Amino acid sequence: MPEPLLEAKHVRVHFDVRQGLLSRGQGQVRAVDDVSLQVASGETLGLVGESGCGKTTLGRALIRLIPTTGGVIRFGGEDITRMEGAVLRERRRHFQMIFQDPFTSLNPRCTVSDILGEPLDIHGLTPSPEARTERIRELLRGVGLDPQHAHRYPHEFSGGQRQRIGIARALAVEPRLIVCDEPVSALDVSVQAQVINLLQDLQQQRHLAYLFISHDLAVVEHLCHRIVVMYLGQVMESGPAADLCREPLHPYTKALVSAIPVVDPASKRPRIMLGGDVPSPIDPPSGCPFHPRCPVAETRCRTEKPVLRTVDGGGSVACHRV
Amino acid sequence: MPLLELRDLHIHFGATPAVDGVSLSLEEGRTLCLVGESGCGKSITALSIGRLLLMPPAHYPRGEILVDGRDVLRLRSRQLQSLRGGTVGYVFQEPGASLNPVLRVGTQIREALELHRPDSATEAEVLRLLRLVGIPAPESRIRDYPHQLSGGMAQRVMIAMGLASQPRLLVADEPTTALDVTVQAQIIELLQRLQGELGMAILLITHNLGLVTDIGDRVAVMYAGRIVEEGPATEILTRPRHPYTRALLRSVPELGRSSDRLAAIPGTVPSLGQWPAGCRFAPRCPEARPECGQRMPELKEISPGRTVRCPFSQDSEP
Repeated sequence: MPEPLLEAKHVRVHFDVRQGLLSRGQGQVRAVDDVSLQVASGETLGLVGESGCGKTTLGRALIRLIPTTGGVIRFGGEDITRMEGAVLRERRRHFQMIFQDPFTSLNPRCTVSDILGEPLDIHGLTPSPEARTERIRELLRGVGLDPQHAHRYPHEFSGGQRQRIGIARALAVEPRLIVCDEPVSALDVSVQAQVINLLQDLQQQRHLAYLFISHDLAVVEHLCHRIVVMYLGQVMESGPAADLCREPLHPYTKALVSAIPVVDPASKRPRIMLGGDVPSPIDPPSGCPFHPRCPVAETRCRTEKPVLRTVDGGGSVACHRV
Repeated sequence: MPLLELRDLHIHFGATPAVDGVSLSLEEGRTLCLVGESGCGKSITALSIGRLLLMPPAHYPRGEILVDGRDVLRLRSRQLQSLRGGTVGYVFQEPGASLNPVLRVGTQIREALELHRPDSATEAEVLRLLRLVGIPAPESRIRDYPHQLSGGMAQRVMIAMGLASQPRLLVADEPTTALDVTVQAQIIELLQRLQGELGMAILLITHNLGLVTDIGDRVAVMYAGRIVEEGPATEILTRPRHPYTRALLRSVPELGRSSDRLAAIPGTVPSLGQWPAGCRFAPRCPEARPECGQRMPELKEISPGRTVRCPFSQDSEP
């Protein structure tokens, strides 16, 4: 593998929580617990897991939107883990984010032109007002919106169009990596495919790297080159997208794949039904975090935490039973 | 006689039409899935069955809602009460928002029992219902408040409440949308099991065609206030006849069916009251002809129990 664009080593994000109104007992949520991953230039890495698994926290921590508790983050070979102030702001040009909810992630009081112009101004990317206007028009065209609409407000657009504005805003500073946090989950089914296709086109045109966070394994398989599966803040399995979805190794990935509803009535795929819910990350299970719901757990799984180890085919898995 | 029958139902909000002539029927003990995207009128149709829409602004300029042969739109308030949560039970999308946050779980279920089956309003019956929906250790759960439950558990409690009156029809409005996939699978399996044990009919409202395979006997696809296609679930999924159903099936990525590009549907879902003239899907339809914009096509029966609202529909793979 060539030099990765983004590299995370043993990243931890822990939050302190107070349990109960008056009790002094402090708990700790290990939202992200010792996660390592790499994203190469022009690659899409999928980050999959159910709510509370820490995927959004990890995505935000990797681009320094929330502080990390431990570990190292490198971008383009440079350590950005403790970078601050003007230096960090300058680096932010290279990594941007697209948010889940296009209704709350755009300022309702700003026109599209204000929204797209702000990052240009912050990074001093357009020398003259004319160049700025032209750049905004170009960005709108790039995401399939009418440049005439630059003076409109977010509420005048549909959900899909708003998500396109969010994408244009991320693209304004010509980043090399975009963290996409569930960018199509809030959209209508018929519009999701438009946005997914747009993300793919933009990647090809601009050699962008994506960290694509989603709970929808089917979308992730379609869009991503490699996939990392998280559960309770830890990596359960990672590997090339097609292999991981066709032959998942970890019992959790297997259950996740089998739980996806299939449209084809002819496919009588056996379903692995998991009992219970995702446990609270404040009080995670001992040993393997998945053992209370795991259909193949043995005694060892309750006490001994499995290590993530490499398997044939370029993936890795954390399970005693594989 | 079908258990539920909608005849040419029109629902308006003020002057804006939201449901525009929907006819459906559901037999005792069967499942009907009403599929569509946001704004198509599927949830409003579901709410109208228990007359749960606030009037005004909602009103029903035309049509009938027959539950067990009685027109819901003509019921008096006392009769309505025995219908709502009685003959017709509801399960809503967001269990967290639908449960009362200041009442214990057991109290809420008991309340439903007191209204509809006062003789059975006992703790034993509450425990039986919680056990029925697969809640472990119900003895300790009945004293919990909703915020102490996970999303999946809260939805099970909602279902237990919906079942308290022993309804003959359970209307489930996107019951799994707010849940994680592994929990979603549990809830769908639970609904199937309960239907088998209790023999009630289910009207499932969803935007997820994948769920239909698991649970639906029949499917009705809605677009912009109207039904565009209806028929047996397997036929609709394998041989969709309306271009909208076809496009919807093609635009969703499916596991293991790798393709370079998704077949996206251009444009956006028209908003309420801004429906285009003629066939409402025509502006986005890949197979549209000039005449499609002129006149609204009729919902025509193409084979027994199978209707399509497109004069140019042909049989094809999805």
